[in-house]
Amino acid sequence: MKDKIERKIVIPGEVIAKGEDYLPGEGTEKRGDEIVTTRYGLAEESNRLIKVIALSGIYQPRRGNVVIGKVENITFYGWVIDLDCPEHSFLPLQEVPKYIDNNRLNELLDIEDMVVAKIIGVTSRGIDLTIKSRGLGRIDEGIILKINSNKVPRIIGKEGSMINLMKKESGCNITVGQNGLIWIKGDKIEDELLVKKAIMFVCEKSFTSGLTEEMNKWFGKEKKGEK
Amino acid sequence: MAKEFKRPDGRKTDEIRPMKAKVGIVPNADGSAMFSFGDTIAIAAVYGPRKMHPQHQQDPEKGTLRCTYSMLSFSVTERIRPGPNRRSTEISKISQWSLEPVLMIKKYPNMVVDVHINVLQANASTRCAGINAAALALAHAGIPMNDIVSSISIGKLDKQLVVDLDKDEEDWEEGEGSTDIPITMTPNGDVTHIQLDGRINSKELKEVLELARRKTKEIYEVQKKALKESIKEIK
Amino acid sequence: METPRVTGNRIKEYLEQGKRFDGRKPDEFREISIETAVSEKAEGSARVKIGKTEVIVGIKLDVSEPYPDSPNEGKLMVTSELLPLSSPRFESGPPRFPAIELGRLIDRAVRESKFIEFEKLCIKKGEKVWSVFIDIYSINYDGNLIDAAGIGTLVALKQARLPKYDEKNEKVLFGEWTNKKLPLSKEIPIITTIHKIGNNLLVDPTLEEEDISEARITMGGTIDGTIFSIQKGNPKQINIEELYKILDLAEKTRKKVFTNIEKFLK
Repeated sequence: MKDKIERKIVIPGEVIAKGEDYLPGEGTEKRGDEIVTTRYGLAEESNRLIKVIALSGIYQPRRGNVVIGKVENITFYGWVIDLDCPEHSFLPLQEVPKYIDNNRLNELLDIEDMVVAKIIGVTSRGIDLTIKSRGLGRIDEGIILKINSNKVPRIIGKEGSMINLMKKESGCNITVGQNGLIWIKGDKIEDELLVKKAIMFVCEKSFTSGLTEEMNKWFGKEKKGEK
Repeated sequence: MAKEFKRPDGRKTDEIRPMKAKVGIVPNADGSAMFSFGDTIAIAAVYGPRKMHPQHQQDPEKGTLRCTYSMLSFSVTERIRPGPNRRSTEISKISQWSLEPVLMIKKYPNMVVDVHINVLQANASTRCAGINAAALALAHAGIPMNDIVSSISIGKLDKQLVVDLDKDEEDWEEGEGSTDIPITMTPNGDVTHIQLDGRINSKELKEVLELARRKTKEIYEVQKKALKESIKEIK
Repeated sequence: METPRVTGNRIKEYLEQGKRFDGRKPDEFREISIETAVSEKAEGSARVKIGKTEVIVGIKLDVSEPYPDSPNEGKLMVTSELLPLSSPRFESGPPRFPAIELGRLIDRAVRESKFIEFEKLCIKKGEKVWSVFIDIYSINYDGNLIDAAGIGTLVALKQARLPKYDEKNEKVLFGEWTNKKLPLSKEIPIITTIHKIGNNLLVDPTLEEEDISEARITMGGTIDGTIFSIQKGNPKQINIEELYKILDLAEKTRKKVFTNIEKFLK
């Protein structure tokens, strides 16, 4: 009878489970009949699959991810974007929603501009981006925050519960890049800073359960404090 | 057994100085840690994987590990002029070699993982403290690794083997004098780093390796505890 | 990544209202925490944290020949290293301008204030004097390394004791100390930096605020208003009215910083 593997912090080289009952998922590998950790994180089991949720480490870009980056360079064919991760990222001219002359790329996106984009491909050459869909494009104003990309799922919450709570309580537009950059735009700077504070709070408490409920209470207290 | 050998600070021959380890001490770093053997204190910070500059040093086949080791000018009683010197250059390289075998950075071509080790206070075994801190910082940074490596200095004072040399023991002059053997091992006993200064025969060296095997396990437990207890320290 | 321009704009807007992102007023410092005896091999040492910024300063002494034009005075050398460990923005290699400037700013304030009584560091006129080495290292960079280094330098100097000196053989017995403290004067040079962002002045910037700082003035002076050193940095100009405001703000700030660190300077 196999035992349920409980959630726990594991370190590289640590044996999480023995025997043929389990399969090695992300952050682990099979050595002989042992499932061994390859990355510092939280080990979790579901349906015989053991994986290690990373607590730290760089963003793993995936197709379909919405990301936020800074324009680093402009070439004849598009924009080189810095997503704060080591892969080379590029937004080609063809992937913008309106016609732009080759000589006037800077009019749409200039060097140092921040942009919300979507990943359409990840190859050995790097990351290919688009800003063709709704909600993508140049960031005009607001606050941009950087958090560890591993915490993004917590900021979004199950089916968006956490991010929706933040939007509701602050009245701000919040765009979360999977690479850990977050864009907050509200009517008042105070509202934007409230979101920033809330996000930092969630990041610190990302291991606790019942976080959405705790955030409800937190917003209540913060807003009372404002009056 | 033979009568108890008297070490300058009164430790048993197989006794490591009290060790301390903590991760997350440099908020800006992707991973960081401090490690100390008694009053030898080292800190390490990891940045990466990130783009490798200068470009011509990029390796298109795999990620690169880059390591720097440096002692603060006032970490020793006679001031060290700031800046690299031959010793720190050599230790930077052997530290890199001691950590590289367990890193799984093949899937980060053209990227670099930078490890920076600084010694705040020195009482011998500084490179070992540095490697222990660096191993922790790499794990803390989420770098994929096979294992955590652990480093210890084994000494031979005249004919007596001791663990975790301090400065007084490095300067031991009786009999055959002092032989200093820093060793780094994986928990499985694979050696990723070994150096020796002094005089020894093969039989003694085998005993040294056995002793290192036993003692690196103790260090591993300290490192493991630091990582497991660090939840609040993750960015 | 450098602070994005949109965030910088917000910081400026908020400053116009006299407010800062972390809730501080423009003339407020983050929490300062100080430890001594960071390295017991140093003659004196200190670790200073201002918010998340952390620096370590150490004092080492040695005996050598004096400079020919000051045969009965001790010597001073201030070095600063921005360790690559402390920020993704710092690379390994020889010190670049920011590290050099930091060392020189601290040097100027300490030297011109005559805080260290150099004539009392003479062992044998024309032949042997004590040299004081102040070495500054950044451990975590989140803005305002200069002021943190200034505080660390004062505390470390206050802690410093002279090593034993073997007069007969003319050598320093490193690692053995006397109870004699470094001879220091009563005029303590507090180093503070005032930054100008738009039309607003502030002290103790975070990294984000430093990234958009348009001009800065670092001053070393006493709480009584004597000024020993001034340096303007960053490329924008400051008009005379603003400069007067800066002088006032600097004096107020020196007094505030002093009350925070007073107990370490006894």
